[in-house]
Amino acid sequence: MLDFLISPLRKLGHTSINAIWRLGYASRFLISILMYSGQSLMRFSLVIREVYFAGVLSLIIIIVSGLFVGMVLGLQGYNTLARFGSSDALGALVALSLLRELGPVLAALLFASRSGSAMTAEIGLMKTTEQLDAMSVMAVNPVARVVAPRFWAGVISMPVLAALFNVMGIFGGYLVGVVMIGLDAGTYWSQMNNAVDLHFDVVNGLIKSLVFGIAVTLIAVFEGYDATPTAAGVSSATTRTVVTSALVILALDFVLTAFMF
Amino acid sequence: MPSDFFIELRNVSFAYDRRLILKNINLRIPRGQLVAIMGGSGSGKTTLLRLISGQFRPQQGEVLVDGKDVAKMGHAELFAHRRRMGMLFQFGALFTDLSVFDNVAFPLREHTDLPESMIRDLVLMKLNAVGLFGTQELMPAELSGGMARRVALARAIALDPALMLYDEPFTGLDPISLGVIALLIKKLNDALGTSAIMVTHDVHKSLDIVDHVYFVANGEVIAEGTPEQVRAAASPWVQQFVRGEADGPVHFAYPANRGLTDDLGVEGGGHA
Ligand SMILES: Nc1ncnc2c1ncn2[C@@H]1O[C@H](COP(=O)(O)OP(=O)(O)O)[C@@H](O)[C@H]1O
Ligand SMILES: [Mg+2]
Repeated sequence: MLDFLISPLRKLGHTSINAIWRLGYASRFLISILMYSGQSLMRFSLVIREVYFAGVLSLIIIIVSGLFVGMVLGLQGYNTLARFGSSDALGALVALSLLRELGPVLAALLFASRSGSAMTAEIGLMKTTEQLDAMSVMAVNPVARVVAPRFWAGVISMPVLAALFNVMGIFGGYLVGVVMIGLDAGTYWSQMNNAVDLHFDVVNGLIKSLVFGIAVTLIAVFEGYDATPTAAGVSSATTRTVVTSALVILALDFVLTAFMF
Repeated sequence: MPSDFFIELRNVSFAYDRRLILKNINLRIPRGQLVAIMGGSGSGKTTLLRLISGQFRPQQGEVLVDGKDVAKMGHAELFAHRRRMGMLFQFGALFTDLSVFDNVAFPLREHTDLPESMIRDLVLMKLNAVGLFGTQELMPAELSGGMARRVALARAIALDPALMLYDEPFTGLDPISLGVIALLIKKLNDALGTSAIMVTHDVHKSLDIVDHVYFVANGEVIAEGTPEQVRAAASPWVQQFVRGEADGPVHFAYPANRGLTDDLGVEGGGHA
Protein backbone atom coordinates (compact mmCIF):
# COMPACT_ATOMS: atom_id res chain seq x y z
CA MET A 1 0.00 0.00 0.00
CA LEU A 2 2.81 2.39 0.92
CA ASP A 3 4.76 1.01 -1.95
CA PHE A 4 4.88 4.29 -3.81
CA LEU A 5 6.61 5.81 -0.77
CA ILE A 6 8.82 2.96 0.24
CA SER A 7 10.12 2.01 -3.14
CA PRO A 8 11.83 5.32 -3.99
CA LEU A 9 13.16 5.44 -0.44
CA ARG A 10 14.55 1.96 -0.81
CA LYS A 11 16.11 2.92 -4.12
CA LEU A 12 17.72 5.98 -2.55
CA GLY A 13 19.09 3.88 0.28
CA HIS A 14 20.37 1.30 -2.14
CA THR A 15 22.07 3.94 -4.28
CA SER A 16 23.69 5.60 -1.26
CA ILE A 17 24.93 2.34 0.19
CA ASN A 18 26.27 1.40 -3.20
CA ALA A 19 28.08 4.71 -3.57
CA ILE A 20 29.65 4.45 -0.13
CA TRP A 21 30.62 0.88 -0.75
CA ARG A 22 32.31 1.83 -4.01
CA LEU A 23 34.12 4.70 -2.30
CA GLY A 24 35.48 2.25 0.25
CA TYR A 25 36.43 -0.17 -2.48
CA ALA A 26 38.20 2.62 -4.39
CA SER A 27 40.17 3.59 -1.27
CA ARG A 28 41.27 0.01 -0.74
CA PHE A 29 42.18 -0.09 -4.41
CA LEU A 30 44.37 3.00 -3.97
CA ILE A 31 46.09 1.36 -1.03
CA SER A 32 46.84 -1.74 -3.01
CA ILE A 33 48.13 0.37 -5.93
CA LEU A 34 50.49 2.11 -3.52
CA MET A 35 51.53 -1.21 -2.01
CA TYR A 36 52.50 -2.62 -5.40
CA SER A 37 53.99 0.62 -6.71
CA GLY A 38 57.48 -0.29 -5.59
CA GLN A 39 57.68 -3.09 -8.14
CA SER A 40 56.46 -0.99 -11.04
CA LEU A 41 58.52 2.06 -10.16
CA MET A 42 61.60 -0.13 -10.10
CA ARG A 43 60.79 -1.24 -13.62
CA PHE A 44 60.43 2.33 -14.75
CA SER A 45 60.24 1.41 -18.44
CA LEU A 46 56.67 0.22 -17.76
CA VAL A 47 55.77 3.68 -16.46
CA ILE A 48 57.55 5.43 -19.32
CA ARG A 49 55.52 3.44 -21.82
CA GLU A 50 52.30 4.56 -20.16
CA VAL A 51 53.52 8.15 -19.94
CA TYR A 52 53.77 7.96 -23.69
CA PHE A 53 50.16 6.78 -24.05
CA ALA A 54 48.66 9.00 -21.36
CA GLY A 55 50.82 12.09 -21.67
CA VAL A 56 52.58 12.36 -24.99
CA LEU A 57 49.51 11.46 -27.01
CA SER A 58 47.56 14.18 -25.15
CA LEU A 59 50.03 16.87 -26.20
CA ILE A 60 48.15 18.00 -29.30
CA ILE A 61 44.82 18.52 -27.59
CA ILE A 62 46.50 20.27 -24.64
CA ILE A 63 48.56 22.56 -26.87
CA VAL A 64 45.68 23.53 -29.14
CA SER A 65 43.18 24.00 -26.30
CA GLY A 66 45.67 26.02 -24.27
CA LEU A 67 46.33 28.30 -27.18
CA PHE A 68 42.65 28.96 -27.83
CA VAL A 69 41.79 29.45 -24.16
CA GLY A 70 44.64 31.99 -23.93
CA MET A 71 43.41 33.78 -27.05
CA VAL A 72 39.85 33.97 -25.70
CA LEU A 73 41.20 35.24 -22.38
CA GLY A 74 43.13 37.87 -24.30
CA LEU A 75 40.04 39.06 -26.14
CA GLN A 76 37.62 39.00 -23.22
CA GLY A 77 40.21 40.36 -20.81
CA TYR A 78 41.10 43.22 -23.10
CA ASN A 79 37.45 44.16 -23.63
CA THR A 80 36.74 44.27 -19.94
CA LEU A 81 39.99 45.92 -18.85
CA ALA A 82 39.75 48.57 -21.56
CA ARG A 83 36.44 49.70 -20.06
CA PHE A 84 38.30 50.64 -16.91
CA GLY A 85 41.27 51.98 -18.76
CA SER A 86 43.57 49.34 -17.42
CA SER A 87 44.28 47.24 -20.49
CA ASP A 88 47.94 47.29 -19.46
CA ALA A 89 47.09 44.66 -16.87
CA LEU A 90 46.17 42.10 -19.55
CA GLY A 91 49.36 40.08 -19.03
CA ALA A 92 48.67 39.76 -15.32
CA LEU A 93 45.05 38.79 -15.89
CA VAL A 94 45.87 36.11 -18.44
CA ALA A 95 48.67 34.62 -16.39
CA LEU A 96 46.82 34.62 -13.06
CA SER A 97 43.61 33.12 -14.43
CA LEU A 98 45.57 30.40 -16.15
CA LEU A 99 48.02 29.56 -13.39
CA ARG A 100 45.50 29.55 -10.58
CA GLU A 101 42.38 28.11 -12.19
CA LEU A 102 41.99 27.54 -15.88
CA GLY A 103 45.26 25.72 -16.51
CA PRO A 104 44.92 23.00 -13.86
CA VAL A 105 41.14 22.61 -14.24
CA LEU A 106 40.84 22.60 -18.02
CA ALA A 107 43.95 20.48 -18.53
CA ALA A 108 42.54 17.97 -16.04
CA LEU A 109 39.14 17.92 -17.77
CA LEU A 110 40.83 17.35 -21.12
CA PHE A 111 43.13 14.74 -19.63
CA ALA A 112 40.15 12.88 -18.15
CA SER A 113 38.32 12.73 -21.45
CA ARG A 114 41.37 11.96 -23.57
CA SER A 115 43.54 9.69 -21.41
CA GLY A 116 41.30 8.73 -18.49
CA SER A 117 38.64 7.29 -20.73
CA ALA A 118 41.27 5.43 -22.75
CA MET A 119 42.74 3.93 -19.58
CA THR A 120 39.33 2.77 -18.38
CA ALA A 121 38.47 1.26 -21.74
CA GLU A 122 41.81 -0.49 -22.01
CA ILE A 123 41.80 -2.00 -18.54
CA GLY A 124 38.10 -2.88 -18.82
CA LEU A 125 38.71 -4.62 -22.11
CA MET A 126 41.67 -6.51 -20.67
CA LYS A 127 39.35 -7.70 -17.93
CA THR A 128 36.60 -8.63 -20.39
CA THR A 129 38.97 -10.68 -22.54
CA GLU A 130 40.37 -12.46 -19.45
CA GLN A 131 43.81 -10.87 -19.91
CA LEU A 132 43.86 -9.80 -16.27
CA ASP A 133 42.82 -13.31 -15.19
CA ALA A 134 45.51 -14.78 -17.42
CA MET A 135 48.03 -12.51 -15.75
CA SER A 136 47.12 -13.45 -12.20
CA VAL A 137 47.05 -17.13 -13.12
CA MET A 138 50.62 -16.61 -14.36
CA ALA A 139 51.43 -15.41 -10.84
CA VAL A 140 51.76 -11.82 -12.01
CA ASN A 141 49.70 -9.33 -10.05
CA PRO A 142 47.64 -7.23 -12.49
CA VAL A 143 47.54 -4.32 -10.05
CA ALA A 144 51.33 -4.23 -10.04
CA ARG A 145 51.80 -4.90 -13.75
CA VAL A 146 48.86 -3.09 -15.37
CA VAL A 147 47.28 -0.66 -12.92
CA ALA A 148 50.19 0.85 -10.97
CA PRO A 149 52.27 1.90 -14.02
CA ARG A 150 49.24 3.63 -15.53
CA PHE A 151 48.44 5.32 -12.26
CA TRP A 152 51.94 6.77 -11.90
CA ALA A 153 52.06 7.73 -15.54
CA GLY A 154 48.89 9.76 -15.04
CA VAL A 155 50.15 11.35 -11.83
CA ILE A 156 53.42 12.35 -13.53
CA SER A 157 51.84 13.55 -16.77
CA MET A 158 49.11 15.74 -15.34
CA PRO A 159 51.22 18.59 -13.85
CA VAL A 160 53.43 18.64 -16.95
CA LEU A 161 50.40 18.88 -19.22
CA ALA A 162 48.88 21.61 -17.06
CA ALA A 163 52.14 23.57 -17.17
CA LEU A 164 52.21 23.23 -20.93
CA PHE A 165 48.60 24.35 -21.10
CA ASN A 166 49.57 27.47 -19.12
CA VAL A 167 52.50 28.26 -21.35
CA MET A 168 50.38 27.93 -24.48
CA GLY A 169 47.61 30.01 -22.90
CA ILE A 170 49.99 32.82 -21.98
CA PHE A 171 51.34 32.70 -25.50
CA GLY A 172 47.77 32.82 -26.87
CA GLY A 173 47.05 35.88 -24.75
CA TYR A 174 50.23 37.44 -26.10
CA LEU A 175 49.16 36.73 -29.69
CA VAL A 176 45.83 38.46 -29.19
CA GLY A 177 46.89 41.27 -26.88
CA VAL A 178 50.24 42.23 -28.35
CA VAL A 179 50.32 40.94 -31.90
CA MET A 180 46.66 41.47 -32.83
CA ILE A 181 45.46 44.37 -30.67
CA GLY A 182 48.81 46.08 -30.42
CA LEU A 183 49.46 46.40 -26.68
CA ASP A 184 53.07 46.98 -25.72
CA ALA A 185 54.96 43.68 -25.43
CA GLY A 186 57.15 44.96 -22.61
CA THR A 187 54.11 45.94 -20.56
CA TYR A 188 52.43 42.58 -21.17
CA TRP A 189 55.41 40.67 -19.80
CA SER A 190 56.42 43.04 -17.00
CA GLN A 191 52.85 43.31 -15.66
CA MET A 192 52.76 39.53 -15.63
CA ASN A 193 56.16 39.34 -13.98
CA ASN A 194 55.09 41.71 -11.21
CA ALA A 195 51.72 40.10 -10.54
CA VAL A 196 52.71 36.45 -10.46
CA ASP A 197 54.11 35.06 -7.25
CA LEU A 198 56.19 31.93 -7.63
CA HIS A 199 54.97 30.20 -4.51
CA PHE A 200 51.48 31.59 -4.30
CA ASP A 201 50.43 31.19 -7.90
CA VAL A 202 52.76 28.81 -9.68
CA VAL A 203 53.32 26.26 -6.94
CA ASN A 204 49.71 26.26 -5.81
CA GLY A 205 48.59 25.73 -9.39
CA LEU A 206 50.97 22.83 -9.72
CA ILE A 207 49.72 21.33 -6.47
CA LYS A 208 46.20 21.56 -7.83
CA SER A 209 47.09 19.75 -11.01
CA LEU A 210 48.94 17.09 -9.05
CA VAL A 211 45.83 16.48 -6.93
CA PHE A 212 43.64 16.40 -10.04
CA GLY A 213 46.07 13.99 -11.68
CA ILE A 214 45.85 11.60 -8.72
CA ALA A 215 42.04 11.85 -8.65
CA VAL A 216 41.45 11.44 -12.39
CA THR A 217 43.89 8.59 -12.82
CA LEU A 218 42.58 6.76 -9.77
CA ILE A 219 39.01 7.09 -11.08
CA ALA A 220 40.10 5.90 -14.52
CA VAL A 221 41.99 2.80 -13.41
CA PHE A 222 39.40 1.95 -10.78
CA GLU A 223 36.48 2.14 -13.18
CA GLY A 224 38.38 -0.01 -15.67
CA TYR A 225 39.35 -2.60 -13.08
CA ASP A 226 35.85 -2.63 -11.61
CA ALA A 227 34.01 -2.66 -14.95
CA THR A 228 31.42 -5.34 -15.60
CA PRO A 229 33.28 -7.61 -18.02
CA THR A 230 31.00 -7.11 -21.01
CA ALA A 231 30.95 -4.66 -23.92
CA ALA A 232 28.14 -2.69 -22.28
CA GLY A 233 29.95 -2.75 -18.94
CA VAL A 234 33.14 -1.29 -20.40
CA SER A 235 31.25 1.40 -22.27
CA SER A 236 29.35 2.55 -19.20
CA ALA A 237 32.54 2.44 -17.12
CA THR A 238 34.20 4.72 -19.67
CA THR A 239 31.33 7.18 -19.47
CA ARG A 240 31.46 7.06 -15.68
CA THR A 241 35.17 7.91 -15.74
CA VAL A 242 34.57 11.10 -17.69
CA VAL A 243 31.52 12.20 -15.71
CA THR A 244 32.89 11.36 -12.27
CA SER A 245 36.26 12.91 -13.09
CA ALA A 246 34.63 16.17 -14.18
CA LEU A 247 32.57 16.41 -11.00
CA VAL A 248 35.47 15.47 -8.76
CA ILE A 249 37.83 17.95 -10.47
CA LEU A 250 35.40 20.83 -10.01
CA ALA A 251 34.58 19.90 -6.42
CA LEU A 252 38.24 19.48 -5.50
CA ASP A 253 39.04 22.76 -7.21
CA PHE A 254 36.59 24.55 -4.94
CA VAL A 255 38.04 22.94 -1.83
CA LEU A 256 41.64 23.58 -2.84
CA THR A 257 40.94 27.16 -3.84
CA ALA A 258 39.25 27.82 -0.51
CA PHE A 259 42.34 26.60 1.31
CA MET A 260 44.97 28.16 -0.94
CA PHE A 261 43.89 31.63 -1.94
CA MET B 1 54.40 -39.15 1.27
CA PRO B 2 53.14 -37.62 -1.94
CA SER B 3 49.95 -39.22 -3.12
CA ASP B 4 49.61 -40.72 -6.58
CA PHE B 5 47.10 -38.07 -7.46
CA PHE B 6 48.42 -34.72 -8.51
CA ILE B 7 45.03 -33.15 -8.06
CA GLU B 8 42.32 -34.25 -5.72
CA LEU B 9 39.00 -32.51 -5.06
CA ARG B 10 37.26 -33.72 -1.93
CA ASN B 11 33.60 -32.86 -1.32
CA VAL B 12 33.96 -29.50 -2.97
CA SER B 13 30.96 -27.18 -3.07
CA PHE B 14 30.98 -23.71 -4.50
CA ALA B 15 28.40 -20.95 -4.99
CA TYR B 16 28.58 -17.53 -6.63
CA ASP B 17 26.60 -15.35 -4.23
CA ARG B 18 23.83 -17.78 -3.36
CA ARG B 19 23.57 -19.84 -6.53
CA LEU B 20 25.15 -23.22 -5.93
CA ILE B 21 27.30 -24.08 -8.96
CA LEU B 22 29.24 -27.12 -7.74
CA LYS B 23 27.80 -29.63 -5.29
CA ASN B 24 29.99 -32.04 -3.42
CA ILE B 25 32.42 -32.71 -6.24
CA ASN B 26 35.00 -35.47 -5.92
CA LEU B 27 37.71 -35.73 -8.56
CA ARG B 28 41.17 -37.28 -8.79
CA ILE B 29 43.78 -36.66 -11.41
CA PRO B 30 46.77 -39.02 -11.42
CA ARG B 31 50.24 -37.65 -12.06
CA GLY B 32 51.11 -37.24 -15.71
CA GLN B 33 47.61 -37.94 -16.97
CA LEU B 34 45.39 -35.89 -19.22
CA VAL B 35 41.88 -35.86 -17.81
CA ALA B 36 38.80 -34.34 -19.40
CA ILE B 37 35.93 -32.76 -17.55
CA MET B 38 32.86 -32.66 -19.74
CA GLY B 39 29.59 -30.93 -19.29
CA GLY B 40 27.24 -28.51 -20.98
CA SER B 41 27.68 -24.75 -21.03
CA GLY B 42 27.09 -23.22 -17.63
CA SER B 43 27.63 -26.50 -15.81
CA GLY B 44 30.49 -24.97 -13.83
CA LYS B 45 33.52 -26.27 -15.72
CA THR B 46 35.35 -22.96 -15.85
CA THR B 47 34.49 -22.45 -12.20
CA LEU B 48 36.10 -25.76 -11.40
CA LEU B 49 39.34 -24.65 -13.07
CA ARG B 50 39.19 -21.39 -11.15
CA LEU B 51 39.06 -23.31 -7.90
CA ILE B 52 42.13 -25.28 -8.91
CA SER B 53 44.03 -22.14 -9.98
CA GLY B 54 43.06 -20.47 -6.72
CA GLN B 55 41.11 -17.60 -8.29
CA PHE B 56 38.15 -18.61 -6.14
CA ARG B 57 37.96 -20.57 -2.94
CA PRO B 58 35.30 -23.23 -2.34
CA GLN B 59 32.84 -22.68 0.48
CA GLN B 60 33.29 -26.30 1.44
CA GLY B 61 35.73 -29.11 0.76
CA GLU B 62 39.39 -29.38 -0.18
CA VAL B 63 41.17 -28.70 -3.45
CA LEU B 64 44.46 -30.55 -3.12
CA VAL B 65 47.22 -29.88 -5.63
CA ASP B 66 50.29 -32.00 -5.01
CA GLY B 67 48.97 -32.64 -1.51
CA LYS B 68 48.42 -28.97 -0.59
CA ASP B 69 44.99 -27.40 -0.19
CA VAL B 70 44.72 -24.46 -2.61
CA ALA B 71 41.87 -23.01 -0.57
CA LYS B 72 44.16 -22.63 2.45
CA MET B 73 47.20 -21.26 0.63
CA GLY B 74 48.63 -17.92 1.65
CA HIS B 75 49.90 -15.34 -0.77
CA ALA B 76 53.38 -16.79 -1.25
CA GLU B 77 52.19 -20.38 -1.58
CA LEU B 78 49.57 -19.42 -4.14
CA PHE B 79 52.25 -17.56 -6.06
CA ALA B 80 54.47 -20.67 -6.06
CA HIS B 81 51.53 -22.86 -7.06
CA ARG B 82 50.69 -20.65 -10.01
CA ARG B 83 54.27 -20.51 -11.20
CA ARG B 84 54.19 -24.25 -11.69
CA MET B 85 50.87 -24.09 -13.48
CA GLY B 86 49.92 -23.14 -17.04
CA MET B 87 46.43 -22.24 -18.12
CA LEU B 88 44.97 -21.99 -21.58
CA PHE B 89 41.97 -19.68 -21.52
CA GLN B 90 38.84 -20.25 -23.55
CA PHE B 91 39.62 -17.45 -25.99
CA GLY B 92 43.38 -17.42 -25.54
CA ALA B 93 43.47 -14.19 -23.50
CA LEU B 94 46.59 -12.99 -25.30
CA PHE B 95 47.82 -9.57 -24.24
CA THR B 96 46.55 -7.44 -27.09
CA ASP B 97 49.16 -4.70 -26.59
CA LEU B 98 52.09 -7.12 -26.88
CA SER B 99 53.45 -8.90 -29.95
CA VAL B 100 53.38 -12.69 -30.24
CA PHE B 101 57.01 -12.76 -29.14
CA ASP B 102 56.41 -10.57 -26.09
CA ASN B 103 53.33 -12.59 -25.16
CA VAL B 104 55.29 -15.82 -25.03
CA ALA B 105 58.23 -14.06 -23.38
CA PHE B 106 55.95 -12.52 -20.73
CA PRO B 107 56.13 -15.29 -18.09
CA LEU B 108 59.86 -15.71 -18.70
CA ARG B 109 60.56 -12.02 -18.23
CA GLU B 110 58.32 -11.79 -15.17
CA HIS B 111 59.63 -14.85 -13.40
CA THR B 112 63.22 -15.39 -14.46
CA ASP B 113 66.37 -13.30 -14.74
CA LEU B 114 67.43 -14.96 -17.97
CA PRO B 115 69.39 -12.80 -20.40
CA GLU B 116 67.48 -11.57 -23.42
CA SER B 117 69.36 -13.92 -25.78
CA MET B 118 68.24 -16.95 -23.78
CA ILE B 119 64.66 -15.67 -23.61
CA ARG B 120 64.75 -15.30 -27.37
CA ASP B 121 65.85 -18.89 -27.84
CA LEU B 122 63.21 -20.21 -25.44
CA VAL B 123 60.41 -18.20 -27.04
CA LEU B 124 61.32 -19.38 -30.52
CA MET B 125 61.50 -22.95 -29.25
CA LYS B 126 58.02 -22.73 -27.74
CA LEU B 127 56.63 -21.11 -30.88
CA ASN B 128 58.22 -23.86 -32.89
CA ALA B 129 56.59 -26.45 -30.65
CA VAL B 130 53.14 -25.11 -31.55
CA GLY B 131 54.07 -24.78 -35.23
CA LEU B 132 54.14 -20.99 -35.30
CA PHE B 133 57.80 -20.22 -35.81
CA GLY B 134 57.95 -17.05 -37.92
CA THR B 135 54.93 -15.33 -36.38
CA GLN B 136 56.87 -13.67 -33.55
CA GLU B 137 56.58 -10.14 -34.97
CA LEU B 138 52.79 -10.29 -35.42
CA MET B 139 50.30 -8.66 -33.07
CA PRO B 140 47.44 -10.76 -31.63
CA ALA B 141 44.91 -8.89 -33.77
CA GLU B 142 46.65 -10.24 -36.87
CA LEU B 143 46.20 -13.89 -35.87
CA SER B 144 43.38 -16.25 -36.74
CA GLY B 145 41.46 -17.84 -33.87
CA GLY B 146 43.37 -21.09 -34.18
CA MET B 147 46.74 -19.36 -34.30
CA ALA B 148 45.88 -17.19 -31.29
CA ARG B 149 44.98 -20.32 -29.34
CA ARG B 150 48.34 -21.89 -30.25
CA VAL B 151 50.26 -18.76 -29.23
CA ALA B 152 48.39 -18.82 -25.94
CA LEU B 153 49.39 -22.46 -25.58
CA ALA B 154 53.04 -21.55 -26.23
CA ARG B 155 52.77 -18.86 -23.55
CA ALA B 156 51.14 -21.27 -21.09
CA ILE B 157 53.98 -23.80 -21.45
CA ALA B 158 56.76 -21.19 -21.41
CA LEU B 159 57.85 -22.12 -17.89
CA ASP B 160 57.41 -25.90 -18.40
CA PRO B 161 54.51 -26.22 -15.96
CA ALA B 162 53.87 -29.31 -13.88
CA LEU B 163 50.14 -28.77 -14.27
CA MET B 164 48.20 -27.58 -17.30
CA LEU B 165 44.62 -26.39 -17.25
CA TYR B 166 42.81 -26.14 -20.58
CA ASP B 167 39.50 -24.27 -20.69
CA GLU B 168 37.54 -25.41 -23.74
CA PRO B 169 40.55 -25.47 -26.05
CA PHE B 170 38.39 -26.50 -29.02
CA THR B 171 35.60 -23.94 -29.06
CA GLY B 172 35.25 -21.77 -32.13
CA LEU B 173 37.91 -23.56 -34.16
CA ASP B 174 37.64 -25.05 -37.62
CA PRO B 175 38.07 -28.85 -37.78
CA ILE B 176 41.70 -28.63 -38.88
CA SER B 177 42.82 -26.16 -36.19
CA LEU B 178 40.86 -28.26 -33.73
CA GLY B 179 42.75 -31.38 -34.74
CA VAL B 180 46.06 -29.50 -34.51
CA ILE B 181 45.32 -28.22 -31.02
CA ALA B 182 44.18 -31.65 -29.84
CA LEU B 183 47.35 -33.24 -31.18
CA LEU B 184 49.48 -30.53 -29.55
CA ILE B 185 47.83 -30.98 -26.19
CA LYS B 186 48.39 -34.71 -26.36
CA LYS B 187 52.00 -34.34 -27.52
CA LEU B 188 52.86 -31.74 -24.91
CA ASN B 189 51.38 -33.86 -22.19
CA ASP B 190 53.38 -36.90 -23.27
CA ALA B 191 56.60 -34.95 -23.85
CA LEU B 192 56.61 -32.85 -20.69
CA GLY B 193 55.02 -35.39 -18.34
CA THR B 194 52.59 -32.70 -17.26
CA SER B 195 49.40 -33.51 -15.39
CA ALA B 196 46.56 -31.82 -17.20
CA ILE B 197 42.88 -31.09 -16.92
CA MET B 198 40.94 -30.28 -20.03
CA VAL B 199 37.50 -28.82 -19.67
CA THR B 200 35.39 -29.26 -22.77
CA HIS B 201 32.04 -30.07 -24.25
CA ASP B 202 33.52 -31.62 -27.36
CA VAL B 203 33.12 -35.32 -26.62
CA HIS B 204 34.44 -36.97 -29.73
CA LYS B 205 37.73 -35.14 -30.11
CA SER B 206 38.45 -35.38 -26.41
CA LEU B 207 37.82 -39.11 -26.15
CA ASP B 208 40.63 -39.61 -28.68
CA ILE B 209 43.30 -37.93 -26.60
CA VAL B 210 42.48 -38.15 -22.89
CA ASP B 211 43.22 -40.84 -20.30
CA HIS B 212 40.11 -40.40 -18.20
CA VAL B 213 36.80 -38.55 -18.37
CA TYR B 214 34.55 -36.99 -15.75
CA PHE B 215 31.03 -35.89 -16.66
CA VAL B 216 29.61 -32.94 -14.78
CA ALA B 217 25.98 -31.90 -14.93
CA ASN B 218 23.86 -29.76 -12.64
CA GLY B 219 26.91 -29.23 -10.44
CA GLU B 220 27.58 -32.89 -9.79
CA VAL B 221 29.88 -35.57 -11.17
CA ILE B 222 27.42 -37.92 -12.83
CA ALA B 223 29.74 -40.38 -14.51
CA GLU B 224 33.42 -41.14 -15.03
CA GLY B 225 35.62 -43.61 -16.78
CA THR B 226 38.24 -44.27 -19.41
CA PRO B 227 37.36 -43.32 -22.99
CA GLU B 228 36.58 -46.99 -23.75
CA GLN B 229 34.24 -47.24 -20.77
CA VAL B 230 32.55 -44.01 -21.76
CA ARG B 231 31.96 -45.14 -25.31
CA ALA B 232 30.45 -48.37 -24.03
CA ALA B 233 28.51 -46.84 -21.14
CA ALA B 234 24.80 -47.42 -21.00
CA SER B 235 24.14 -44.48 -18.68
CA PRO B 236 21.52 -42.19 -20.20
CA TRP B 237 23.50 -39.17 -18.95
CA VAL B 238 26.55 -40.18 -20.86
CA GLN B 239 24.64 -41.25 -23.91
CA GLN B 240 22.92 -37.90 -24.08
CA PHE B 241 26.35 -36.26 -24.21
CA VAL B 242 27.96 -38.64 -26.61
CA ARG B 243 25.04 -38.42 -29.02
CA GLY B 244 24.46 -34.72 -28.42
CA GLU B 245 20.75 -34.94 -27.70
CA ALA B 246 18.84 -31.90 -26.50
CA ASP B 247 16.50 -33.87 -24.29
CA GLY B 248 17.45 -36.34 -21.63
CA PRO B 249 18.41 -36.43 -18.01
CA VAL B 250 20.55 -33.28 -18.41
CA HIS B 251 18.22 -30.33 -18.45
CA PHE B 252 18.61 -27.76 -21.11
CA ALA B 253 16.59 -25.08 -19.35
CA TYR B 254 17.95 -22.68 -16.71
CA PRO B 255 16.81 -23.77 -13.25
CA ALA B 256 14.36 -20.93 -12.64
CA ASN B 257 12.34 -20.64 -9.45
CA ARG B 258 9.25 -19.69 -11.39
CA GLY B 259 7.79 -21.58 -14.28
CA LEU B 260 7.01 -20.01 -17.63
CA THR B 261 3.36 -20.47 -16.78
CA ASP B 262 3.71 -18.16 -13.77
CA ASP B 263 5.04 -15.37 -15.91
CA LEU B 264 2.44 -15.93 -18.57
CA GLY B 265 -0.25 -15.87 -15.91
CA VAL B 266 -1.59 -19.28 -16.86
CA GLU B 267 -3.40 -21.07 -14.04
CA GLY B 268 -2.58 -24.53 -12.89
CA GLY B 269 0.76 -24.89 -14.68
CA GLY B 270 3.40 -27.03 -13.00
CA HIS B 271 7.11 -27.48 -13.44
CA ALA B 272 8.17 -29.59 -16.34
N1 LIG C 1 31.92 -14.42 -11.69
C1 LIG C 1 30.69 -14.98 -11.65
N2 LIG C 1 29.73 -14.47 -10.84
C2 LIG C 1 28.50 -15.01 -10.78
N3 LIG C 1 28.10 -16.08 -11.49
C3 LIG C 1 29.00 -16.65 -12.33
C4 LIG C 1 30.33 -16.13 -12.46
N4 LIG C 1 31.00 -16.88 -13.37
C5 LIG C 1 30.13 -17.81 -13.77
N5 LIG C 1 28.93 -17.69 -13.17
C6 LIG C 1 27.77 -18.57 -13.34
O1 LIG C 1 28.15 -19.86 -12.92
C7 LIG C 1 27.66 -20.85 -13.80
C8 LIG C 1 28.80 -21.72 -14.25
O2 LIG C 1 29.68 -20.95 -15.02
P1 LIG C 1 30.97 -21.55 -15.72
O3 LIG C 1 31.81 -22.20 -14.69
O4 LIG C 1 31.58 -20.48 -16.51
O5 LIG C 1 30.34 -22.67 -16.67
P2 LIG C 1 30.99 -23.40 -17.93
O6 LIG C 1 32.41 -23.03 -18.00
O7 LIG C 1 30.75 -24.84 -17.65
O8 LIG C 1 30.22 -22.96 -19.12
C9 LIG C 1 26.99 -20.12 -14.95
O9 LIG C 1 25.59 -20.26 -14.77
C10 LIG C 1 27.40 -18.70 -14.80
O10 LIG C 1 26.32 -17.85 -15.11
MG1 LIG D 1 33.48 -21.98 -19.42
